[in-house]
Amino acid sequence: MSGRVLVGVKRVIDYAVKIRVKPDNSCVVTDGVKHSMNPFCEIAVEEAVKMKEKKLIKEVVVVSCGPQQAMETIRTALAMGADRGIHVEVTGKDYENLGPLQVSKIMAALAKKEDALLVILGKQAIDDDCNQTGQMTAALLDWPQGTFASELSMEGDKIKVVREIDGGLETVKINTPAVITADLRLNTPRYATLPNIMKAKKKKIANVKPADLGVDITSRLEVLRVDEPPQREAGVKVETVDDLLARLKEAGRI
Amino acid sequence: MLLGFRPSLRLLSPRLQLLQSRSVQSEHPATSAAVDSVLSALRSICGEDGVSFGAAVREQHGRDESIHRCCPPDVVVFPRCVEEVSELAKVCHQHNLPIIPFGTGTGLEGGVSAVKGGVCFSLRNMDQVLDLHPEDFDVTVEPGVTRKALNSHLRDTGLWFPVDPGADASLCGMAATSASGTNAVRYGTMRENVLNLEAVLADGTVLHTAGKGRRPRKTAAGYNLTNLLVGSEGTLGIITKATLRLYGIPEAMVSAVCSFPSVQAAVDSTVQILQAGVPIARIEFLDDVMMDACNRFSSLSYAVSPTLFLEFHGSERSLEEQVLTAEDITQSNGGSDFQWARDAGSRERLWKARHDAWYAALALRPGCKAYATDVCVPLSRLPQIIVETKQDLMENRLTGPIAGHVGDGNFHCLMVVEPSDPEELHRVHLFTERLARRALALDGTCTGEHGVGLGKRALLCEEVGPEAVKVMQRLKDSLDPKNLMNPGKIL
Repeated sequence: MSGRVLVGVKRVIDYAVKIRVKPDNSCVVTDGVKHSMNPFCEIAVEEAVKMKEKKLIKEVVVVSCGPQQAMETIRTALAMGADRGIHVEVTGKDYENLGPLQVSKIMAALAKKEDALLVILGKQAIDDDCNQTGQMTAALLDWPQGTFASELSMEGDKIKVVREIDGGLETVKINTPAVITADLRLNTPRYATLPNIMKAKKKKIANVKPADLGVDITSRLEVLRVDEPPQREAGVKVETVDDLLARLKEAGRI
Repeated sequence: MLLGFRPSLRLLSPRLQLLQSRSVQSEHPATSAAVDSVLSALRSICGEDGVSFGAAVREQHGRDESIHRCCPPDVVVFPRCVEEVSELAKVCHQHNLPIIPFGTGTGLEGGVSAVKGGVCFSLRNMDQVLDLHPEDFDVTVEPGVTRKALNSHLRDTGLWFPVDPGADASLCGMAATSASGTNAVRYGTMRENVLNLEAVLADGTVLHTAGKGRRPRKTAAGYNLTNLLVGSEGTLGIITKATLRLYGIPEAMVSAVCSFPSVQAAVDSTVQILQAGVPIARIEFLDDVMMDACNRFSSLSYAVSPTLFLEFHGSERSLEEQVLTAEDITQSNGGSDFQWARDAGSRERLWKARHDAWYAALALRPGCKAYATDVCVPLSRLPQIIVETKQDLMENRLTGPIAGHVGDGNFHCLMVVEPSDPEELHRVHLFTERLARRALALDGTCTGEHGVGLGKRALLCEEVGPEAVKVMQRLKDSLDPKNLMNPGKIL
C-alpha cells in the first residue's frame, strides 16, 4: 500500500457572505464575492495532515476541480500541510454544471491512478448541501465508506470510524482502501500561518483535464431557476379572538 | 457609577414619551410638526426601514453590558454608507439633536446611554471588510465588522488582528474606546494598531485622520488626529472606517497554568518574566477567590490560590526557550509545576477557567449583577495595589474576585452586587472610588481599557489634572461646539 491519502477540497462562497440571487434568477451572484475552502473540506485536510504527523500515512495529496481560482484553495490546503496538489481543470458551462456525479467519477479515477489508501472528503458542500460525492465515489470504486466521521483510528489494515447519526454515534470498522467523509466534530482545522503559506508556494500542483482521466463530465441535470427564500413579512396585531379567526380564515389557514 | 436619568432637550413631548412607553402603540403617534419633519428628513436619507421608532429597538440601543441603567434614544437610524451618515449628521446638527454612535453595544461604561435623548446611529449595516493588503499587513473595515468576523475573513491569509477584549465587539467601536485585551502585553492595544480612521463630525464633515486611503506603517505628518479619535468614545465623531495593523498568526502556541503561594509571588514572577525579555503573549492573574469561583462554576479542580495563566506564541524552537525561561522564574518564586497544553482543544480547556471568570463570579451570588473595575498601574506597583485592594474588599465585606492582565499592570475586580440593595451599592461605589484613587496615587490610571463613559468623569479630572481637562474641553468645543456628539460622556 502506498500510504497515500487523497483529499478533495471544494472552493465555495465563504460561509459569512450574504448570498444574493442574480436578477435573472439563473444562479447566485459569485462575481466579486469572497470564496474560501468548504468548511468540511478544511476538516478533511486537517485529519489527513494529522494522520501524516502521527506517521500513520506517508503523503497527503489534495485535489480540487474547477477553474483557475481552484488553485487558491489547493494552496490553502498545502499551507495546512498537504504535500502536493492536483488541479482538475473545469471551466465555463462545464464548471457551472459540475456536480457530485462528475466529481466522484474524477475522484475515483484519481484514487486508482494515485493508488490511494484513503479518500477523505467533507461530508457535504455548503453551497449545494448535496452530501453525495463521498458515497458515489465509494460506490464507483466499490470501496467501503465511513461517512459523517467524528472520529477515525487506524487499526492495522482496517479503519475504525465513529459516525454521527440521528440516533447518536455508530462505530464501524471497514477495510482499506476506503472513502471517509468528515463531519463537524472530527477535528478543529488549523489556520494557515505565514511561514507555511510561503512554503506552500514551492509545493507542486499538477494540472489535468477530466478527459485525461477518461471521465465524461456531461451533466444530466439542468437548473431551471433559482429564487431567494420569500421575504419575511411584518406580523399583524389583532384585538380579539374573533378577529384572529376571521384573519386565519381569510388567509386560508382554517 | 449608577446614573440617574436626566431628562432635558428631549425630541419628544412628555405626552409622546408616555405613548412610547406602552407596549402596544399606534404606528404613527401624534407628533408635533417639527418632529414630523425631522423624521421624514431622516427617512428620506436612509429609507423607511432605516429609521426605527419602536420601543424595543430604542431600548436595545440605549444599553450596553455595563451596570448603567438603560437610557434609550428617541429614534434609531441605520445608515448604509458614510454618505448617509454624513447627511443624517447634518439633519441632527440643524435641529440640535444629540448623536450617539452604536456598534455592538458590548461596552462596559455606559457609553451608548442616550442621557439627553437624541438619535442613535446604529452602524451595523455598514459591515464590509474593504481593502485588505496582506503583503502590507493592513486592512480597512467598516463599523459593522466585529473582530471575530474579521479574523474569520482573514483565516486563509495567515494574518490576524490580535486585540481581544473578550466580547465580539465592533472594531470601530474598539477604536472609539481604545480597547485592549488579554494579549496587549505582546501586540499592544487599539492605540498602537489603528493606522487611519474615517469619521463623520457633528456637522456632517467627513474626516480622514491620516488622509484618504493612506496606510503607511508610520508617519510624522502633522498632528496625530488618528489617536485623538481613538478613545474618544463617540464624543468627537462617528467612526465609519478603521484601517488596522495586522499580524502573522503564530506558528505555534503553548498555554500553561501555574499557582503560587501568594499574590506577591505571582506578580513578582510576572515582572521578572517581562524583565527577562520573554515575548509572552498572555499573562493573566486570577486571585484565590476567583479560582474558587471558577472551580465551582466549571467543575474544575485548580488549586485555590493566586494563579497565573500564561500563553506563549512563536516558532516551535522559540517556544521551547520562552517556556524554559518562564518556568525557571516561576519555580524560583515558589510557583507550582506548570500544567501544559499545546493543541487547540486542550488550550481551550485550560483557558476555560479564565474565559468563564465573569460568569463564575456572577454564579457566586445568583441573582446579582456584576461590575468590573479597571485600574492600571506601573508593573512595580502591582503587588502593593492588589494586596491593599484585597484587604479593602475583606474589611468591607464585598464580593470582588480579581482577574487581571498583569502583564500590563491592569486588573479587574469583578464586583458582584445585589442591585436592589442601596446600602451594598453604596459600599461598592465607595470601594471603586478608593481603588481608583489608590491607583492614581501609584502613578496609574482609573481606566486601563474600558474607558471613562458615564461613571468615571470625576476621576478623569483627578487623573489628568485640570489643565489637561481644559485642553480636552477646548478640543471638544472646536470639533463639536454644539455638544451633540454623545453628550454626557468623558467630559
